[in-house]
Amino acid sequence: MIATLILSYPKMVNRIVVVVGIVVVAMLLYFMGVSGAWVGDVFPALQAEASPQMARIITAIIIALLIAVNWKLLGMLPRTYQIGAVWAELFALLLLFFYSFDLSFTFIAKKIGFLITQGVVTTLYISVVSIAIATVIALVGAIAKLSKNGVIYGLASFYTSLFRGLPLLMQIYIIYLGLPQVGYVIGAIPAGILALSLCYGAYMTEIFRAGIESIPKGQTEGATALGLRPNHTMFLVILPQAMRVIIPPTGNQFIAMLKDSSLVSVVGVWEIMYLARTLGQKEFRHIEMLITASMIYWLLSIGLEIIQARIEQHFGRSLKR
Amino acid sequence: MSKAAHLATGIEMEGVHKWFGSFHALDDINLAIRPRERVVICGPSGSGKSTLIRCINRLETHEQGRIVVDGIELTHDERRIDKIRREVGMVFQHFNLFPHLTILENLILAPVWIRKMPKKHAVEVAMHFLERVRISEQASKYPVQLSGGQQQRVAIARALCMRPKVMLFDEPTSALDPEMVKEVLDTMVSLADDGMTMLCVTHEMGFARQVADRVIFMDRGRVLEEAKPADFFDNPKNERSRLFLSQILH
Repeated sequence: MIATLILSYPKMVNRIVVVVGIVVVAMLLYFMGVSGAWVGDVFPALQAEASPQMARIITAIIIALLIAVNWKLLGMLPRTYQIGAVWAELFALLLLFFYSFDLSFTFIAKKIGFLITQGVVTTLYISVVSIAIATVIALVGAIAKLSKNGVIYGLASFYTSLFRGLPLLMQIYIIYLGLPQVGYVIGAIPAGILALSLCYGAYMTEIFRAGIESIPKGQTEGATALGLRPNHTMFLVILPQAMRVIIPPTGNQFIAMLKDSSLVSVVGVWEIMYLARTLGQKEFRHIEMLITASMIYWLLSIGLEIIQARIEQHFGRSLKR
Repeated sequence: MSKAAHLATGIEMEGVHKWFGSFHALDDINLAIRPRERVVICGPSGSGKSTLIRCINRLETHEQGRIVVDGIELTHDERRIDKIRREVGMVFQHFNLFPHLTILENLILAPVWIRKMPKKHAVEVAMHFLERVRISEQASKYPVQLSGGQQQRVAIARALCMRPKVMLFDEPTSALDPEMVKEVLDTMVSLADDGMTMLCVTHEMGFARQVADRVIFMDRGRVLEEAKPADFFDNPKNERSRLFLSQILH
């Protein structure tokens, strides 16, 4: 019955959906407790008699209408401009949100130099080295996990199970505080790199294994029949194809690792997170430093996203018809 | 090991057995294939045809008996296996081209890495064989850009680049659209005319009649009949082969 109605009067149904949508958004905004204080400033006439209740309702409706108009206007743009416009609007809202904290920009300007020369450099150093080591571990781990040899499989599966199972924070503490107990005194940065590499190596082992297993058996047979040895087959035939499957989740891991490197701050490494906390402490400007650090992490992540897209393009080139 | 005895033999199988779990895939296979001989193997699915030829280049391991290829006996010795694989080319049902490499790169991979051929020379050899399968203008394309028939011809050229003495074909036309079967069979016929030792698992009976010196019929892991194509098709002796032929030749 309803289906027939919807199909018979598409235009009317469309309008009803729009109106209901606006009402629902307005109600949501109202119940989220949107503030109506500014309504009085814009519409002085309302200020005298309207109750605060009324002001909130009006605010909610106005915002809902603005969203609807915005949606409609965005709909008229071509796709690339739509994406750009949405990014610009959301970014503006984000800035507005930060602006509402009443930040001291002079304080940020004063500290950001050191945050970058010391913090970003250290974070990048730790991340890049850890990523490189983790990739090697993952490759070895994945091949070991696919091994028919029980000893090798046992080693690899114990490793992935342990390091995926312990919280990264715990691993950092255990390596930094525990290794000296057995006679290896280890610096804070090497401890951090070791923990990150081992932890992410374990996650990436599974990604690499799944990627290698996703390549059809015929590829190995084709290579074997041509006389290729197993290591040739792996590095010339299987891995280059597996890369296409491996790269997107690996890119994810790299971005996660970049941010997880902030955990290394607990052992006193002067990376972004540590500096953000300590620089803000002295003058009670915590939020300034934390927001600046967040933005830096975001920028670095965007950099990684771009690199990932480039690499994906490279390994996807043979699939274009 | 008497050398003279092996010279006369391309491939020799003696009492070969193979099991997959409890399934008896090859049951006492005895075969001798002379150099330059063209043999077609047919039989119902699951009869062990593919397993038989896959044992020859050790894609499957035989569990009993003796396999000698070009005078080298197949054992667990890796060096022998490598040697035999260099002498034996194989073409698969699903081509198994490497999709991340161009056609030319597919062809020169093994010659460069295994035969240690200089790249320039390998490219010359590759282009020679691409011309032979009449597809040299596609050299810089990727496999997905080619039709099934073209891909299979590339696969044949790829195997030939290693200059094998024996070629194994595992149902090379089964995965092709009907209109592409002929171009692949033509390539195989011209290969046969050049005197290549060939072992083909195929149901293309026209091809078998045209080029085969011998047809081998298998069922349940056993060789049930061996005959010249004319005898096999016109006067099959075995009950099972008669039934099989009546089912595939309408």
